[in-house]
Amino acid sequence: MRAALLIARKDIRQRLRDRSALLVAIVVPLVLASIFGLIFHDVTTGDACDCEFGVVDPPAPLVAALAGSGVITLHREPDAAAARAGVEAGRIGAALVFTRDDRVVVIGDADLPITAQIAESVATTYANRVGGDAIEIADISTTSRQLDIGTFYAAGMAVFFLFFTVQFGVTSILDERRDGTLARMLVAPIRGAAVLVGKLLTSVVLGVVSMVVLALATRFLLDAQWGNPVGVLLLIVAGVIAATSVMALIATLAKTPDQAQSWQSMAALILGMLGGTFFPVAQAGGVLAAASLATPQAWFLRGVEDLAAGDGVGAVAGPVFAMLAFAALMTALALPRVGRLTGR
Amino acid sequence: MTVLECRDLQKRFGRIEAVRGISLTIAEGETYGLLGPNGAGKTTTISMVCGLLEPDAGSVVVAGQPLTTRSVEPKAAIGYVPQELAIYPDLNARENLRFFARLYGLAGAQAEARIAEVLEVIGLTDRARELTNTYSGGMQRRLNIGIGLLHRPRLLILDEPTVGVDPQSRNAILESVEQLAGEGMAVLYTTHYMEEAERLCDRIGIVDMGELKAEGTRAELVARVGEHDRVRLAGSGALDAAAAACEALPAVQTASVTDGSLDLIVDGARGLLPELLAVATAAGAAVKSVEVEEPDLEAVFLQLTGRALRD
Repeated sequence: MRAALLIARKDIRQRLRDRSALLVAIVVPLVLASIFGLIFHDVTTGDACDCEFGVVDPPAPLVAALAGSGVITLHREPDAAAARAGVEAGRIGAALVFTRDDRVVVIGDADLPITAQIAESVATTYANRVGGDAIEIADISTTSRQLDIGTFYAAGMAVFFLFFTVQFGVTSILDERRDGTLARMLVAPIRGAAVLVGKLLTSVVLGVVSMVVLALATRFLLDAQWGNPVGVLLLIVAGVIAATSVMALIATLAKTPDQAQSWQSMAALILGMLGGTFFPVAQAGGVLAAASLATPQAWFLRGVEDLAAGDGVGAVAGPVFAMLAFAALMTALALPRVGRLTGR
Repeated sequence: MTVLECRDLQKRFGRIEAVRGISLTIAEGETYGLLGPNGAGKTTTISMVCGLLEPDAGSVVVAGQPLTTRSVEPKAAIGYVPQELAIYPDLNARENLRFFARLYGLAGAQAEARIAEVLEVIGLTDRARELTNTYSGGMQRRLNIGIGLLHRPRLLILDEPTVGVDPQSRNAILESVEQLAGEGMAVLYTTHYMEEAERLCDRIGIVDMGELKAEGTRAELVARVGEHDRVRLAGSGALDAAAAACEALPAVQTASVTDGSLDLIVDGARGLLPELLAVATAAGAAVKSVEVEEPDLEAVFLQLTGRALRD
């Protein structure tokens, strides 16, 4: 372990002297998060109205008015529970439940804010016409999971660039093999595994530090709402381990440092896009949404969504487990090839 | 005391037999040269001795301990100076030395004292805090060697340390090796430069095609193949008579006249020259120039392998 720590310490010193590492780890993601957050701050997610409304016990005049609009399609639901289930399943965009005491309960979906707003408008207009305070806007979000734009891009950019940051540690073993310093280390009275552990440690330290710095910076500079700090830290550690594992696997497959860097960059880009770090892929539904769950980035963002909604530390158990499972899979694939890194 | 013992080392890469049964020993304070052309198997042999490569067969024992790629303790006795520069360009000399010193178990004040000492030996004390990517090639080479010396190894292995080096730096490197050998360090030195082997090494192993063709001191190797000195007397006059007269001398093996020169094969040319000149002149030859080729390792290599050392 002593040798591994020595190697990690030397690597981190080298990385800190390399300004490009600081740029990739902290400056660029912070700048991009700021830019995207400012650009999209006042822009809604732009969903078109999914004007398939469920209605429970609707008054006949309202049904006639809405059906004749040509814009809104009504689906009769047997009860409020069925209506809520329909919204959660995505079968209907929103639901209006008319109660016997002349109240209207509007059930919306946070991922479709425009649809929810239209449903609310319909309910408000109806209530104004019949008079009184008969509107109850209940639980406008069936799931309060959507991040505000600033937090979304803060978390998205942080986890996107994380995969570039951790490259520096694991790929440096290929640089050292090329430059001859790896052989020099292996001739020293240390175990060969110490070199690998040292390199992994470098990636983990760089990754955790950069993510913590970004979380703090975006919290104070961009008012990003990350949620429970302990939960955020758990997500960060799991995300760093997942990122390091996939980059380490690629390093075992590549023959040269340039090849490793090229493949790692491609992997970071594809996983980042698929994982929804630039736009919420989950909203696309279907195959894309399902495929995004194969990426640690998607699980990281899910965890941040849960924490930002006010859930406690326990809420991140699922995302943390998913990211660690991803890391375990990558590690299992990399282990048989690890000897190639040291040339043995 | 034996510091290094290699027995029947073998290594194959696919169909290529890079090392075929090399055995050698090096005693404390001895400088042993592995002399051979590029591709002879020197670096592969070194890699097995250092524990970088696992031999397919054979064994390596360093300071009495068996050494494999998984060994830890025996490696503490080895100092390794690779052929290519193996230093960190984005660290300064002191940081480079400190890192490797700590890998070898030196710490604290002991490490700092030794680093200062090595910096003095390699002449980089004044530049110790500058990044090594600002150094000249010669300075980088000196640091490359200095790292190998940090932990006072019992066996210093230098793999062609002067390849691509300017003459001044090369001479400095050779002087350093001579000094270290004089201090009692065992040295394994690989080279394809005959003159380096002749200058530095107590014993020389001639390697070609993965095999140790011959081994011994310079004198033993030269005597082993029975080479004689070649003497060429260029001139005019009665060269045939001079040839006959010279051939009558006991130390002269053969004498012939070729293109206006008298070519002789003799034993001990340096001591025989005055007599040869006197006899040739007395026989009627007018000698204008003298060339003497003493047997050397190049000739030994040629005799053993049929190829020149630098082919």
